[in-house]
Amino acid sequence: MRINCPHCGTRDRREFTWSGADVALNRPAPDAGEAAWDDYVHLRENPAGASRELWYHDPCGTFALVERDTVTHLVGDAVLAEKVAR
Amino acid sequence: MGYSGLRVIWEGLRGQTGWKPMWRDPTPKAEYDVIIIGGGGHGLSTAYYLAKMHGITNVAVLEKGYLGGGNVGRNTTIVRANYFLPGNSEFYSHSLKLWEGLEADLNYNVMHSQRGLINLFHSDGQRDAFVRRGNAMINQGDDAVLLDREGVRKYLPYLDFDNVRFPIYGGLLHPRGGTARHDAVAWGYARGADSRGVDLIQNCEVTGIDIENGVVKGVQTTRGAIRAKKVAMVTAGRSGQVAALAGMRLPVESHVLQAFVTEGLKPVIDHVVSFGMGHFYISQSDKGGLVFGGDIDFYPSYAARGNLPMKEHVMDAAMTLMPMIGKAKVLRSWGGIMDMSPDGSPIIDRTHVDGLFVNYGWNYGGFKAVPASGYAYAHLIATGAPHETAAGFRLDRFRTGQGIIDEEGTGSQHNLH
Amino acid sequence: MRIEGHGLIGPGTVDFSFDGKRLQGREGDTLASALLANDVRLVGRSFKYHRPRGILTAGPEEPNALVSVGQGAGLVPNVRATQQELFAGLAARSQNRWPSLERDVMSVNDLISPFLGAGFYYKTFMWPRAFWERLYEPIIRRAAGLGALSGQTNGEPYEKAFAFCDVLVIGSGPAGLMAALTAARAGADVILADEDARMGGRMLAEVEDVDGIPSHEWVGEVLAELAALPNVRLMARTTVTGAYDQGTFGALERVALHAAPGAVSGAAPRECFWRIVAKASVLAAGALERPIAFPNNDRPGIMMAGAVRAYLNRWGVAPGKEVTVFGNNDDAHRTARDLAAAGVKVVGLIDSRDGVTSGSDYPVFTGSTVIGTAGRLGLEHITIRHNGGIRRIRTDCLAMSGGWNPTVHLTCHMNGRPVWEPEILSFVPRPGSIPGMVVAGSANGVFATHGCLADGIRAATEALAVLGVSAPQVEVPEAEERPYAISALWAVEGKGRKWLDFQNDVHVKDIRLAAQENFASVEHMKRYTTQGMATDQGKSSNVAALAVLADATGRGIPETGTTTFRPPYVPVSIAAMGAGSQGKGFAPERFTTSHGASVALGAPMIEAGLWYRPSYFPKPGETTWREACDREVAMVRSAVGVCDVSTLGKIDIQGPDAAALLDFVYANTFSSLKVGKVRYGLMLREDGYVMDDGTTARLADTHYVMTTTTAAAGLVMRHLDFVSQVLRPDLDVQIVSVTESWAQFSVAGPKARELLNTILDTPTDDAAMPYMGCGPVMVSGVAGRLFRISFSGEMAYEVAVPADYGESLYRLLVAQAEVLGGGPYGMEALNVLRIEKGFITHAEIHGRTTAFDIGMDRMVSLKKDCIGQTMSRRPGLLDDNLEQLVGLRPVAAAGQLTAGAHLFEEKAEAVRVNDQGYVTSVCHSPTLGRMIGLGFLKDGRARHGETVRLVDHLRKIETLCEVCDPVFFDPEGGRLRG
Repeated sequence: MRINCPHCGTRDRREFTWSGADVALNRPAPDAGEAAWDDYVHLRENPAGASRELWYHDPCGTFALVERDTVTHLVGDAVLAEKVAR
Repeated sequence: MGYSGLRVIWEGLRGQTGWKPMWRDPTPKAEYDVIIIGGGGHGLSTAYYLAKMHGITNVAVLEKGYLGGGNVGRNTTIVRANYFLPGNSEFYSHSLKLWEGLEADLNYNVMHSQRGLINLFHSDGQRDAFVRRGNAMINQGDDAVLLDREGVRKYLPYLDFDNVRFPIYGGLLHPRGGTARHDAVAWGYARGADSRGVDLIQNCEVTGIDIENGVVKGVQTTRGAIRAKKVAMVTAGRSGQVAALAGMRLPVESHVLQAFVTEGLKPVIDHVVSFGMGHFYISQSDKGGLVFGGDIDFYPSYAARGNLPMKEHVMDAAMTLMPMIGKAKVLRSWGGIMDMSPDGSPIIDRTHVDGLFVNYGWNYGGFKAVPASGYAYAHLIATGAPHETAAGFRLDRFRTGQGIIDEEGTGSQHNLH
Repeated sequence: MRIEGHGLIGPGTVDFSFDGKRLQGREGDTLASALLANDVRLVGRSFKYHRPRGILTAGPEEPNALVSVGQGAGLVPNVRATQQELFAGLAARSQNRWPSLERDVMSVNDLISPFLGAGFYYKTFMWPRAFWERLYEPIIRRAAGLGALSGQTNGEPYEKAFAFCDVLVIGSGPAGLMAALTAARAGADVILADEDARMGGRMLAEVEDVDGIPSHEWVGEVLAELAALPNVRLMARTTVTGAYDQGTFGALERVALHAAPGAVSGAAPRECFWRIVAKASVLAAGALERPIAFPNNDRPGIMMAGAVRAYLNRWGVAPGKEVTVFGNNDDAHRTARDLAAAGVKVVGLIDSRDGVTSGSDYPVFTGSTVIGTAGRLGLEHITIRHNGGIRRIRTDCLAMSGGWNPTVHLTCHMNGRPVWEPEILSFVPRPGSIPGMVVAGSANGVFATHGCLADGIRAATEALAVLGVSAPQVEVPEAEERPYAISALWAVEGKGRKWLDFQNDVHVKDIRLAAQENFASVEHMKRYTTQGMATDQGKSSNVAALAVLADATGRGIPETGTTTFRPPYVPVSIAAMGAGSQGKGFAPERFTTSHGASVALGAPMIEAGLWYRPSYFPKPGETTWREACDREVAMVRSAVGVCDVSTLGKIDIQGPDAAALLDFVYANTFSSLKVGKVRYGLMLREDGYVMDDGTTARLADTHYVMTTTTAAAGLVMRHLDFVSQVLRPDLDVQIVSVTESWAQFSVAGPKARELLNTILDTPTDDAAMPYMGCGPVMVSGVAGRLFRISFSGEMAYEVAVPADYGESLYRLLVAQAEVLGGGPYGMEALNVLRIEKGFITHAEIHGRTTAFDIGMDRMVSLKKDCIGQTMSRRPGLLDDNLEQLVGLRPVAAAGQLTAGAHLFEEKAEAVRVNDQGYVTSVCHSPTLGRMIGLGFLKDGRARHGETVRLVDHLRKIETLCEVCDPVFFDPEGGRLRG
């Protein structure tokens, strides 16, 4: 599997660490309540198909938000997580 | 039809003509007392124990593909009871006891072989953690023996003790640990359930779960609607999708775990051996193939296949631990879809829908759990109350923080368990 | 039998042996061709029934002719004789037989085979229970397996490598060569890989012309053009074994297996495992011929027709003197034709089809089938049904052809399901199964040479289109358009077993039994009968087995479906895929700057994550680690000790929002920390449990340096990147790991300051640097940093200098310490010092403990948001009945404590339901003169003074302990501030 690092280009999967579904981008406020926090920390869409997820490119220390299909493993666009985050 | 050595001889004499089908291919009825979604190991054992322990036989197991086609048919066949946290200890201990009586119970040889499991450790810190584990196993009534380096050498002389990146400090031996023939477990339970009247329905995918006023009423399938008083989901890596049919969002991620088998070789590895500095575990099947595996690929996948980095990592571990294995050739590798939960431990519980039950979160340790999981799930479905050995497997433990069972200590990162 | 003047191999002879018998082959032979040339027909025994078996094929699909090659630690089991190139001194041995290949005791299994049908073992061996492990299973295991491992440590070199290209062409037959040529002429970077030592595929095995010259000569011309192009790499002896995501392929190159160990340039690995990344690929892997299941079709001498042709035309070997041919398709006729043309006697061509015409040099029996064979260790004659009658034909070699199966395997590796093609009665790849891959030639069901050549050009054109490159005009060479007509013939009825899977001994009746027992799914059938699970993965047998199952269950073949071909295409040695990791290579080794100095002082170095750290520093006369450790502890408590702490993670954090970031990642507050001060920080995971701890110093208003534990350094760095990029991109902060940039040493003990002042350019004192102070210093002229922190409970500093100066500073510190009655101390002493002081490590914060559990919940500031704060307030994590950190000391002074022991009430039985906690860290405290320990105990903070029982079943130790505060030594902390 090969993943696109927005800084370095396409690299072998072994340079990356998978770092969670895109739910990680939506951290609730401290007072958002039990349900919101349960949702953020534990519950997952876990899609069979199109997915947006965070990959960390270890050599350059970059988090990318990558489109990937969990059934076919087709990998799509990758953008800097910091550009997507709030 | 009973199986025995005499029967095998008799059928041999008459050209095998008398063997009957292992199970029927029934047409789905309009209604069942219980519908079990998923004909894998856990679903089949649930059906078996519903019939055997609770007399509930108006049961259908609905399987999208073929019976036993999930993780029960694609694992590394290890059976053990070496957990150390309450909640897991009593459950896996119970499972091992069920394993020890399984052939007699099912009248089917699942080749459960208690050849001993040795977990190696490679530092003082790892030793202390394994000592805690071993003592927990004995507290539970199971068996464990602490081996020092020389003790390990006596059992596993072929390991690299001398020139190795992470020296072997010792091992924890679990004499009652071992392996079983994975497919046979599914078939044995299927046959046992079928013979008690359970309908095993293959090629039948559930496409909807019917709920009225918070009460489950039945399911929609590719073979039509089926009514049911109770519906039990037990679909491992597909749990997220099936639960979504009931409007639920589960704490689960589906990841791929690869496994490997070599060409057939004359006996060389007698035990189940587990490396402590990287995921690698190995045993040798009765056919002679070395069966081994490692960690999940670490990214969510429903593809039931993995990629080279983890394959190579597993081979790397094999070569550093037991460099005599180098000339063995990997014959086949495959992947299974693992239902990874936030603490690495399973869920056997009711849901917010009356009559709808959930059983998942086996991470990559579900095979050994097949007997006890079905036993406890059947108990829950039949009585409405959790079985005493599975009372800790609550769905709400993550939300409340009450009774989290995190053996790896990696926290709520599903892929790190 | 060799036919002189025939074939494509040289005249040079090569000596080799088989089962100790000395034989001679030719340069260019495979072991299989050389054995056949020497009229060796019996080469192995089957897996289950130990049936005598000969060479069936001429390629990677070989199920029978598996041998062991090599000696001692170099022994390789299960080598396919059809792929092993002959070399001088090659010693091959047959397998799975005892005492000899001709007389094999276990062949008794064949006599009792009526009782050993598919899955018989599931139905018996159940009684009495204890007999399974003690009797039945040991017998089964001994009989199982084919070859044996030597059991010796691998001593030969293997390698792994990466390669990148535009177009990977797999297979060098007519389609592959034309594809490679087309792509190469377009300027693409091409890799052409073929499993054979010699490229050309079937064109080396057939008698035909291409562009007016013999096909093998045409191959030579094309290869010469390719070899001359700088953008082409030819990889012979390289089997592409697996197809993975984004154009990644695994490939195994047999670099030196064609020669004796050491004979190919000393440094060459035996094998190399390649990861090839290709933007596009062409699969031109050809096709594999399949047998026909007729009674007793497994005897040595019964071979695939295409293989017989290959042995004849490529290696100049006739596998028999009186050959018969049996087929259901036109291709079989080529074998008869070529044999007759070479002067080999063809005693009959049996074609199951009616009204087929053929050459006139031999008898042709149309509408006929082979219904029996005879010959115990090799074929002697066959029985055929012809014109309603039975006829016996004397023959020592039967060439059979049930048709050809396209080599679809790689297209299935990503879950592609092949499609049934009724025209050729086989499966062809489903287009698009592998992104970027185009299938060409026989692999795509195109069997005529001209068609393959044309298809190769088409495939390359499509592959180039993936790259956005247009293909050049390439002429299709002239070649024959031979017809391929086939009619279905899977199994021939008759008395006797009809083998499908030759290696695993699965025959037609087994498949039918599976169907009878309702193992009707093709996956059930495979798993129940073991069909296709042998070393050849059913390459030649799966399709026929499917057909038999389809027939038995009354379904069509397409509805029955296929099992999934899994990687690798051919078995791959673990040594190749795990190359480089044997011994120390498994993980990187990280060395501190003081490593050499510690080793020189005699310190045993132990692994700490990837690092090595000194365990202790033995002095003359000390015989155990405990003596050294006790001395080092006393030395630190009474004078001064020096310890390298560079392995701790060091992260440099700068920017206007550095303080805000730290407030967010730490449970406690860092924005309030004054410049020139250090603070202990507790870091939580988002689920509220402790992730790591360490100290962070504020060097300037916008500049902090954080330390992490050795174990969690990488994890914490990634976590900070996560927080700053994903959660708080609003913060203006830069983070960089500087672990390797700084060498850092702890100087601890009452004389710590005295020691430091011998090396600092400007002496320090308590006023200049009080406890938990920090600041820049000049160390013998080098700009460094000083931190007044302690992990020992003594007055202590950590002094950091750029790593280049680490070793000399360490030597200097140790030398000066010794002057003051101190010296170096190692990990053992460090651990004792911290336990005495009640400091925690990952033994305590093992991922299942919260700030509440370790008594630090008040550190979790509620005045600000931070990672883990919300979830740490979950009710289930704040229950007093949870296990809490306590100190433990034995009631009797000599009492033993062990880490990993569990805690119980004094009189309670040591069983799970009574479990009260466990011990995490223990040591013998030379300061206190007894063992002490840390552990977790239910409601432990409220139980100080209570007596509990420690039980270590494994070591058979039971000790009564007093529960106490975890700080055993200097609880007021006066010494720290000293």
